[in-house]
Amino acid sequence: MIDFSFTILIPLLPLLLFFVLGLTSGKMKPVLSGYIGTLGMFATAAMSYFVAFQYFFNRPAGAEAFEKIVPFNTVWLNLTDKLHIDLGVLLDPISVMMLVVITTVSLMVHLYSMGYMKGETGYSRFYAFLSLFSFSMLGLVLAPNIFQMYICWELVGVSSYLLISFYYEKPAAVSAGKKAFIVTRFADLGFLIGILILSYISGTFDFVSMTDPQGALITQGTPLTFMGLSALTWALALIFVGGAGKSAMFPLHIWLPDAMEGPTPVSALIHAATMVVAGVYLVARLFPLYYFGAPDVLTIVAYTGGFTSLFAAIIACVQTDIKRVLAFSTMSQIGYMMLALGVSGYGENHGLGFTASMFHLFTHAMFKALLFLGAGAIIHAVHTNNMNEMGGLRKYLPITHITFLIACLTISGIPPFSGFFSKDEILAAAFENNKILFFVEWAVAGITAFYMFRLYFNVFWGKNTNYKHTPHESPLTMTLPLMILAFASMVSELIPFSKLVTSDGLVLHIQTEWIIVIPSVLVGATGIVLAWLFYKKESAIPDKLVTTFATTYKWSFNKFYMDELYLFITKKIIFKRISQPIAWFDRNVVDASMNGIAWVTNKMSDSIKGLQSGQLQKYGYVFISGVIILAFTFVYVWFK
Amino acid sequence: MLSQIPLSYFLIVSTLMFFIGVYGFLTRKNLITILMSVELILNSVNINFVAFNRYLYPEQLQGHFFALFVIAVAAAEAAVAIAIIISVYRKFMNIDVERVDTMKH
Repeated sequence: MIDFSFTILIPLLPLLLFFVLGLTSGKMKPVLSGYIGTLGMFATAAMSYFVAFQYFFNRPAGAEAFEKIVPFNTVWLNLTDKLHIDLGVLLDPISVMMLVVITTVSLMVHLYSMGYMKGETGYSRFYAFLSLFSFSMLGLVLAPNIFQMYICWELVGVSSYLLISFYYEKPAAVSAGKKAFIVTRFADLGFLIGILILSYISGTFDFVSMTDPQGALITQGTPLTFMGLSALTWALALIFVGGAGKSAMFPLHIWLPDAMEGPTPVSALIHAATMVVAGVYLVARLFPLYYFGAPDVLTIVAYTGGFTSLFAAIIACVQTDIKRVLAFSTMSQIGYMMLALGVSGYGENHGLGFTASMFHLFTHAMFKALLFLGAGAIIHAVHTNNMNEMGGLRKYLPITHITFLIACLTISGIPPFSGFFSKDEILAAAFENNKILFFVEWAVAGITAFYMFRLYFNVFWGKNTNYKHTPHESPLTMTLPLMILAFASMVSELIPFSKLVTSDGLVLHIQTEWIIVIPSVLVGATGIVLAWLFYKKESAIPDKLVTTFATTYKWSFNKFYMDELYLFITKKIIFKRISQPIAWFDRNVVDASMNGIAWVTNKMSDSIKGLQSGQLQKYGYVFISGVIILAFTFVYVWFK
Repeated sequence: MLSQIPLSYFLIVSTLMFFIGVYGFLTRKNLITILMSVELILNSVNINFVAFNRYLYPEQLQGHFFALFVIAVAAAEAAVAIAIIISVYRKFMNIDVERVDTMKH
């Protein structure tokens, strides 16, 4: 086993880049900052690959389970003797895997942005923010204690905000950034309270001791209860609220579709591959606690994931903005991951859901980044997001077309692409534990195939739109990441996840269950065929369906009016019924009393300020008159 | 011969001088006259010192010494004050107390 203490450099290098690029932005040539950012990210990625290789494949002979290594740790704040906030690095299978995911996607996005963002104002600023984001995300996954994770969690939120509202002159982008920040921040309140409760009952922030299955917290539990549930259940439920906010789980998902206002590479990096899986990562990180301490919460996780995946998939079928389709698809796929965690067991051969979730996280990061970057290439070529204005693009964008097709096949779960394997494991895990959720997910697999190929056929086949400018293929900086990610989507099933990333670090034995494989491939194929029938050529079927299911279509098109519901609750109920009276009270009682005091003082001083004339002789006059009056008073008193 | 003049006469003179001085101090705008008024006040005090000393404690000399002391201080004060007045005059081209108000604003 080699010394891993250099891993601290993995998050610190992007931080350094952020400062360098941020401080020199505007002074340096934009192209140069792009090169610096990309090179720095390349170095980070190389280090991560090295770490992953050393961690997974260069182990001492005879080592059974993957250990949790803390190669670097420093005490930052001493709260009590036992409770202290540390900053450091924790290496275990999931954090090492996340390192690879984040640095790969981030490197691809850096490379891609050199083409996509070329000539944009704020090019250096963009790269600085990307570096900030990479730093915070890497810090998040490497965190050895929950507080460092929380700090980085918020930093991720900030950098996401900065990147969504990158085009700060566009009102939609600004409000989308604010929405994302406020919604996730609102959820993070739950996370913070959860951390406080958890650290109170466990006396530590440290992940390793907290999640140890033989540890005191899991074996003894906590005697504290609140409203009939143990404090641990409450803490974990609240932490899940934070995770659900970041991972855009229903009903905290409303920010994700709007976040598509950001530049497309940002959507690929943050809102598809890395940040939105932070919630999944959080649950996976605390998985033993969830499994042993609060199985009820795990059930909630499973149902939230299942419902979100169905809900989002239905909406994705009718959206016309290609990035929004992908956003809902992301929500749906993250729902899969949450569900897999929710139905998973721990240890032995029960941890299939856990492995499946992490596996799907990995493959999803690759193919969803690919889909977003492909969508970016399409938007770059035709200058619109609306897929009704596209069609027949396969002739103009051959590389994008092929890579996009690969990504679509991958997400639809068609063998031999990686999505098939990861989705299949999730379905198998669901089948073992919860038949209802299995059928929901099975149906969602079909819907996924349908909406992805609806998108694919609409964009690349179908009617030939007359474009103002003939679309042309993107430059190599943009197509190269597409090809690399397409390759990764095709071959990442070769990574033996069941050996590497398991709930307890031991090897998980899985066998293929044909009873699940065959229906899942069939349903995916059905979805593709349906999409082919509906959208390959212009046909009347979609319109007919729309008129037949007019209400359903309308609700789905309007995202089941979730935004309106939120607006109703916030504006009509919270603002009007609660905030306005409070504001009135504040203005007319609290402020008014203070204003009254100020007014009285003002008037008083106004009326007596004439005395303070600054003329020495007047002062002298007053002084001497006073002395004389005093003298006469004394004389009068004494000689009376 | 001196004993034919009662103490109260001296006190009346000094009181008059004192209030004339105070009046001048409060009403004059010219720095020089203000200085003169201050001298009047000081001298009225001197008269009191000497008169009280002579009439009440003829065998002691503190009152006289105090009077001499006040005169010395008054001389020093006059020297300083006139120096200030001269430099004020050089700066503002007048010595009217109401118009020397740069520090006020």
